Amino acid sequence: MTGATISQPQTNNSELSESTGPEFGTAGKYGKYGGQYVPEVLMPALEELEEAYEKYKSDPEFLKELDYYLKEFGGRETPLYYARNLSKKYGLKVYLKREDLVHGGAHKLNNAIGQALLAKHMGKKRLVAETGAGQHGTATAMVGASFGFETVVYMGARDVERQHPNVYRMELMGTEVKPVHSGSSTLKDAINEALRDWVTNVEDTHYLIGSVVGAHPYPEIVRDFQSVIGKEARTQVLEKEGRLPDSLIACAGGGSNAMGLFYPFLKDKDVKMFAVEAGGKGLTYTKKAALHSASLCVGTEGVLQGARTKILQDKHGQILESESISAGLDYSGVGPELAHLSETGRVQACYAIDEEALEAFHELSRLEGIIPALESSHALAYLKKAAESGELGEMVVVNLSGRGDKDLDSVFKLAGRV
Amino acid sequence: MTVEISGKFAALREKGEGALIAYVMAGDPTPEATPKIVRALVRGGADLVELGMPFSDPVADGPTIQAAGGRALEAGMNPGRYFELVAGLEVDVPLICMTYYNLIFHYGPEAFVKKCRDSGISGIIVPDLPVEEAGELTAACGRHSVAPIFLIAPTTPENRVERVLSEAGGFIYLLSRLGVTGAHPGEIGASAKALLARVGTNLPKAVGFGVSTAGQAEALIRAGADAVIVGSAFVNIIASNQDPEEREELEKQLEALARELKTGIRNAAGAAAETVPESGQNPELPENRDRGLENRSNTEKFVQYGKI
Ligand SMILES: Cc1ncc(COP(=O)(O)O)c(C=O)c1O
Repeated sequence: MTGATISQPQTNNSELSESTGPEFGTAGKYGKYGGQYVPEVLMPALEELEEAYEKYKSDPEFLKELDYYLKEFGGRETPLYYARNLSKKYGLKVYLKREDLVHGGAHKLNNAIGQALLAKHMGKKRLVAETGAGQHGTATAMVGASFGFETVVYMGARDVERQHPNVYRMELMGTEVKPVHSGSSTLKDAINEALRDWVTNVEDTHYLIGSVVGAHPYPEIVRDFQSVIGKEARTQVLEKEGRLPDSLIACAGGGSNAMGLFYPFLKDKDVKMFAVEAGGKGLTYTKKAALHSASLCVGTEGVLQGARTKILQDKHGQILESESISAGLDYSGVGPELAHLSETGRVQACYAIDEEALEAFHELSRLEGIIPALESSHALAYLKKAAESGELGEMVVVNLSGRGDKDLDSVFKLAGRV
Repeated sequence: MTVEISGKFAALREKGEGALIAYVMAGDPTPEATPKIVRALVRGGADLVELGMPFSDPVADGPTIQAAGGRALEAGMNPGRYFELVAGLEVDVPLICMTYYNLIFHYGPEAFVKKCRDSGISGIIVPDLPVEEAGELTAACGRHSVAPIFLIAPTTPENRVERVLSEAGGFIYLLSRLGVTGAHPGEIGASAKALLARVGTNLPKAVGFGVSTAGQAEALIRAGADAVIVGSAFVNIIASNQDPEEREELEKQLEALARELKTGIRNAAGAAAETVPESGQNPELPENRDRGLENRSNTEKFVQYGKI
């Protein structure tokens, strides 16, 4: 056994994160990344959100409410499941953090509940959100219905097509789904449109962003609400194994399930962290587009949708369209904190291509009786690659960020079954 | 030939006239067409011209300008060609570059601003760059005498107004309403007027976002604006005249709209001249421009007049 050091165990939301008092022009910086690159119209709204968050994140009543909904509405805590067949096959202990069992079928609800409660306390009447895979849109639709918000979700037209079961789900819960036809008609374009809506309706609307991206304070808020994943996993693994895992693996689109798992382990120096991006058809480019979504691995520094981070861009600074079999990872940017952690070496950025992810999708289904989301399949694909090289150590926690029901159509189509 | 923004406004003020600021996307429909388009706007009466540098993800723009940016990119527009094109424009109005921050960041703010100056650009507007993140750009603007133009929105609270004004140069860009760019014919809302009334500065005040008709332009100048900014209305004309065979028709229509808008602005100036009360008598009316008080905050002005 490798003896990983154990820092103070953390309990569930007795606190979300430490307060910081930002100075002018330093708000939400992670090294050189982060910041607030948004139209002036939105600056007061970001300030209002930051104030509300600073107030409620340590308010016992708020945290009680949050825990209540996470448990009773969301179904937390989720199991840390020992995948015995995968473990046997790969020759190391594999634990799956079962975010696929959260209500709605993905980790996205953790953040949606938190932000919806904040929005309620701020007196907002309307929620807007973007969605790629439709999982965040679904989570937003669920809290919208439950808490009585008018809810609008923007979704790239291409994603509407490849994830249409989620469109029905959102509509059933009373959410208006607006297809977006600009750009590559995927997640980035949906974010642009959600931002435009927010700029127009900022007075009564909360933008419920779905990942650790965008302008400060969003990356911090979403990370904190998703940290419940890592807090639980850390406690669970200590209970089961009496030690910390050697490695953590999570897929990264914007990076929320990755940051959620990683964050509570950051101080555990011996725990390695792997953020797996979508390698698409391989790390290559056409003139206007990347054939992948690997902004951490091969992106360059830039400013996109509110934050300075790593992005896919051409030689002039135009944002490249991205590509992935999984709609939730198909994004040209990545959260600023993850960009920073990857640059400092604390998190290792890696990728799996479409084919590898598909293979992992089938493998988990057959070996463990669990159908993973195509997004999460990227984490599983990297597990497979890295297990062979031995870099993962003897025990690993993989974030199974979502379930694959939404992907059945796409997968069957690829298999020539429809 | 570079014309400075401050000089232009001073000259207009002498004449008692408001300014028309026309926006078009450089490279729409083609880079070759842009110089003719700009000249047509100036012939019609545009006093300043904003040239958009197209960006792939323009979050502050509505469908009209998004589409224009798409056409310009399709036609091969990029920052290098943009600067060449601007340097070759021979017009005697101030030119302003409007673009998104990633293009500037990627070029390097220092190099970008220097290139602006060398190409004859006298101001820069970056709609996704609030003052908090603008340090590098404003420093470069200071070094190269390019005005950093900032926006103030109806949602901007008083303390932010002060902060924005302390960084701003050229003119101050007041948003007539919340939302993205796009023509909204109809009456100018109360929010534009309220904003004009509450922003106290000696920089010229230009109102934009949604302004498209001569009536609106006239109303805004009457309400105290020094300039109106019209973009989508011009871009709409370009959008519906894309045929290279019909460039003359396009120029004619652009010139006609500029003339119409400028006439509205002149009407307001005439009317304002008749109705402006004597200095210091009616501080609520923004028409009342006591220049000596312009650089103080509104609160100070009201105190001065014994209102508070
Ligand atoms: C199941 C699942 N995992 C992962 C992601 C990627 O998002 P993030 O990187 O923010 O976790 C998504 C996004 O839609 C998702 O649905």
